[in-house]
This record gives sequence, structure tokens and C-alpha cells, in this order.
Amino acid sequence: MTPLHTKGSRQQRGGATAELAAGRTPDGRLIVRLSGPWRIDSTLPDVVPVTRELDAAPPVSGIAFDAEGVTEWDSALLVALVDIHKAAAARKIPVDAGGLPAGVADLMAIAAAVPEKKDTGRGKASEGWLARVGADALAFRQSAVDMLAFIGEASEVLVKLLTGRASFRRADFVTLLRDCGADALPIVSLISLLVGLILAFVGAIQLKMFGAQIYVANLVGIAMVRVLGAVMTGIIMAGRTGASFAAQLGTMQVNEELDALETLGISPMEFLVLPRMAALFVMMPLLCLYADLMGIVGGLVVGVGMLDISLAEYLNQTRSAIGLTNLWIGLFHSAVFGVLVALSGCLRGIQCGRSASAVGEATTSAVVTGIVSIVVATAIITVLCKIVGI
Amino acid sequence: MVFFPLGGVFRGFSAEVYDEYASPQTLVRPCPAKKILISGLDTERCHLAIAGWALVASNTSDQRGNDRMPDITQPHIVVNDMTLAYGSYVVQKNVSFTVNRGDVFIIMGGSGCGKSTTMRGLTGLKPPSAGDIFYDGVNFYGSAADRERIRRGFGVMFQSGALWSSMTLAENVALPLEQYTDLSASRIRKIVSLKMALVGLGGFEDFYPSEISGGMQKRAGVARAMAMDPEVLFFDEPSAGLDPVSARRLDDLILELSDSLKTTMVVVTHELASIFAIASNSVFLDPETKTAIAHGDPKRLLAESDDPKVIDFLTRGEGKKP
Repeated sequence: MTPLHTKGSRQQRGGATAELAAGRTPDGRLIVRLSGPWRIDSTLPDVVPVTRELDAAPPVSGIAFDAEGVTEWDSALLVALVDIHKAAAARKIPVDAGGLPAGVADLMAIAAAVPEKKDTGRGKASEGWLARVGADALAFRQSAVDMLAFIGEASEVLVKLLTGRASFRRADFVTLLRDCGADALPIVSLISLLVGLILAFVGAIQLKMFGAQIYVANLVGIAMVRVLGAVMTGIIMAGRTGASFAAQLGTMQVNEELDALETLGISPMEFLVLPRMAALFVMMPLLCLYADLMGIVGGLVVGVGMLDISLAEYLNQTRSAIGLTNLWIGLFHSAVFGVLVALSGCLRGIQCGRSASAVGEATTSAVVTGIVSIVVATAIITVLCKIVGI
Repeated sequence: MVFFPLGGVFRGFSAEVYDEYASPQTLVRPCPAKKILISGLDTERCHLAIAGWALVASNTSDQRGNDRMPDITQPHIVVNDMTLAYGSYVVQKNVSFTVNRGDVFIIMGGSGCGKSTTMRGLTGLKPPSAGDIFYDGVNFYGSAADRERIRRGFGVMFQSGALWSSMTLAENVALPLEQYTDLSASRIRKIVSLKMALVGLGGFEDFYPSEISGGMQKRAGVARAMAMDPEVLFFDEPSAGLDPVSARRLDDLILELSDSLKTTMVVVTHELASIFAIASNSVFLDPETKTAIAHGDPKRLLAESDDPKVIDFLTRGEGKKP
């Protein structure tokens, strides 16, 4: 056996070392002589001499111990003895624990009292890559089915909400409205202001070459109002609120809180998912409107400060450029994103496993699902707008 | 027979409360008169009543064995050849047992034998991979509508309490009442403080679950499970983690509820003291053969069973005394 600790071993500190020797008696029994300090931090001898003797001819009729010389012992001795026991059991050789220190024999008996469980199905040999790919494909299919089922259930409770039959706590809904609304204002302000600013900067350099710097107002205004305001809020909310939904519901899953709801016949879908979905659906367009405004302010700072456009000129240009259609398209985007972020957060939270790391995975997965679905939805809406011609 | 006058006082007092407070709308579903009484009590009266109740309980403990035998044994829950598995890992197979109405039914067995999983099967959280469960003759996993209806009559106490952490204890206990009854807020508050007092948590109504100890959370879980005066109460390891006095009080409460409201109790536990104190029926699950190997009153099992596993379990491995 390799020493567990070489640094602080007793040998180096000047003490005696643990020793193991195997010898045969005339009647064919193997006597294992143990001596010295058998401690976890001392240099320990190997049990190979014992196994070698067990395999050597003539066959050993039994194993006995002589542990008179053992000065002190801890788990290190037990581990070595378990090895000897296993080796003996494999060769069907009886072991007589009589010669061991009293405590050692008792602990060995307790460890052997409950036989090792073999049918737990763990520790199987790893499967080939083809099997793994197959398993992954099946898991993917299952997750797609789960997602569809979740969306189906969500639509069902939405109908309930619209017909006034849904039941959730008002107080929860109000808290959620604040969480996904007012509390998000600082981060939304910062990000949209900076995005507006960056857009204006990049645009200004190009447009200045043609002397068309006034069109910075068009660029920033249309981009923010039509799509970027909504997308930026969507991504912020996916990282902020979607993740928090997943963590909340995931922790509830870990604590059996969802089970408790279910056994009462209260649907977690109606009681937890619906108010979250509704809150984001209501607050996202408002946040988007605010983000649009902050983006325009960002552009304005660059336009007025860098390009010598007057304040009134910039605002006029923006007003004439944007138009109501763009505003509606932007708000539509954000309402869709609200539902998507809430759904992905709640879906991953409810699917969460029962451990701390599962909550972490659920949160990560909620953000990824949220952002992916936002980008895909943006693409779809853009194509649809193109087809309709708006 | 010291307890009789006390019992008489208590019952007379209840009748008075009934006249004064109960009204037809407090009826959640048809139930014995005593349930209405409980809904109608206010806090001071509750405390009085509970004090009386506790006295009755402590004075009748020796009487209980005879009192508690249900008059007519009527099967309430029938489990037929149930197999529970996580994926390909079978936890229990071909388990069959019957729980009679008013039974205090213990699901027992060594740790890891599938007691909690069996309870999840009974409460609808873990559909069995084979076999059926019937409540009053209705197949529990037959149709979703039946399952929802049967579940309304359940109260479940989870191992760790499973209180909703974003709500106060009072809100936790009140939620089922708010969801399923038209009771006024003030009446709900009264019922909530009664249930909290029954588990010894009077005064903790406005605490959040994270602000109280594990044992208290567990007791609050019991209060929530009892909120609707359910037909079946499930307890997952009720006394684990409780101090001996609280554990004893909880045992008394279980007995009293089963006695007075004829609530069927399904208790997952391996606390021997508790098993012998409260059980009227039981099933013993064995982790090696993965099935039920004994069924019946634990006291009778101890006296009559020949199975060394059952005897070892019921005697802490000491074997039967001659």
C-alpha cells in the first residue's frame, strides 16, 4: 500500500514503523504478524506478502493474526484487514479474527454485518459512444415533448385566466409585478442608454463621411424602437428575472414545496407559473418603452455633444423617423419576449432535479433557453413583418 | 375513571360553541358534527379546549387500546400488487395491503426500503409502474378527475415540512382553506390559529418557515396537512427530528384525530416507541425481497410473527424475549 502521507509520517519523526509479515504454521495455516503503529499518517506496509502466500502452494487452510506488537491503530489497520478479508473470501479461506485487538475485531464484524448491495445498478461499465448518442437523442426527444406539454399546460391556464377561473394569490402577483417591473429599471436604464450611445457613435463615424450626421437620429431611433429596445430588455430580463424564476421554482422542487402544492390539488402551473407569466407579459412592454426612451437619450447625447446637431433638430428628426408602426412592432416583440422568458424560467425550474447543483443547472439552462428563444422569435417576427410589408 | 367528567365538560363546552358560532356555510363537505365545532372555535376557547383535550388524552392513554378499535372495519385504501420503480431500479414490487377507515396505519421497514416512495405512490406523486390503488373502491390512478377529487380529501405532511417558504406559517396553513372554501378571512384566521395551537405553535403565525427550527417546521407542516380536516392524513416520518416531548404530543394528536374525526392516518416511520403507541395496523416492507413481508397490528406481529426480519425490526435486533 502506498503511504497516504509521506510528509508527516511517523517514520520520519523518528518512531517505529508499522510492519506486516506472513508465515505458515506446520498445519498449513497462515499467521499474519502485525506490529508497530498502524496509523493513517504513518508509512504502511503492503498486504502483497499475504496474497502471495495465499496463492502459493500448498493451499492455506486458514488465516490467523498475531497482533501483539501493534502499539496503536486506526482506520489504516482496518483498511488493510478488509483487503486481507476480501482476498481470503475470494479464495474461500476462513479467517480467524481472534488474534486481533478486541476493538478491531468488533469493528470488522460491524462492517461485515450488512452485506454489500449489488443490485443498485450503479457503477456499470460505460457504454459505447453509439449507445450514448442514442441515449442523448432519446433524451432530446423527451425534452422536446416535455416542453410542448409545458406550453400546452400554460395555454390551458391562460384560458382559465382569461375566463376568470384561475386562482393565485393577489399578493404574490403584486410582488412579482414589482420584481419584474420597477426593480429592473436601473439595469434597463444603464444598458439601453449605453446601447443608444454606442449605436450613435458607430453610425456617426460612417454617416459623417457623407455629411449625413443628422441621420444618426433615424438610425438610433428606428433601431431602438423597432427591435433593439425590446431585444435588450428581453435579454436583461432573461438573465435577471428568468434566472430568478428558475432558481425559485427549482428550490421549491428541492424542498418538496411543489409536491406539497400538488397533493393539495393546487396546480403549480396555475399557482406559480401563471402569475409569473402574466407579470412579465404586463411589465415587459412598459420596460421596453422605457428602454426605447433611454436609447434615444443615449443617441441624443452623442448627436448633440459630438455632431453639433441642436437638441430640437435631433428630436424633430427622431420624431419624423420613428412612426407609430415601429413602436407597435417593438411593443409586440417585448410582449412575446415576456412570455418566452417567463416560460423558459418556469419550465427549467419545474423540471429541476432534487439537488443544489440541479438548481444551478436549471438557472443556467433557463437563461440559455430564454436568450435563444428571444433571438429565434426576433428572426421570425422580422420575417413576418417583411412578408406583411410593415 | 377520572377522565369522564373532564371529557363531559369538554364535550358540553363544544356543544355550546357549536350553537354560537357554527353556521351552514362553514361546512366544507358533509362531516361529523365535531368538525364544525373546530371551525367555529375562537382562539381563547381553542386554548381552553385544547387544555381539556390534552388532559383527556393524558388520562385515557391506557384506555386507548380498547377505545380505538373502529366499530366496523371498512376498507378505505386498498393497494393491489403495486410495483414502484425509478427507471429500471425497482424499489418495491407486488406490494398489497389494505388500510381500513379510521386506522392508524404504519408503513415501516429499514431505511431505504421504499417507505417514502410507497407514500408518494399513495398520494399520487409517483404513479406505480404496475398495480392499482383504490380509495373507497375508486381506482386512484384511473382518471385524472377521480384523482383530483380524491386528493381533495388528503392532508400530507412531508419529511422536511415542505412549507412554502415565501409565505408565513399562517398563510401556509390558510392556503388550502382559501383555495377550496368560501370561508371569510376572519374565520380562516381562527381555524389557522386553532391548527397552529394543536401542534403547539400558537403565536408563531407570522413567522416565515426560515425563521423557525426544523422541528417546528415539521409541526407547522402537520398543521397545514390538517387544515381541511382531511379524510386521510399522511405523515412522512413525523417524529424524526422532534424532541421526545413534541414527538409524544404529536403521537397523541394523531390518535386523538383518528379517534374523534375518524381520520385515516398513514404514517411512515421507524420509531418503535411511536409505532407501538399509535398503530392499529401496519405493513412491513423489506429492502432485500423488495416487497411487503408482514401486514397487521404491530403488537400482534410482535407476538405472532415468525419472520426474523420483522422480529428483529420490532425488537431493535434483540430478538423476541421468551
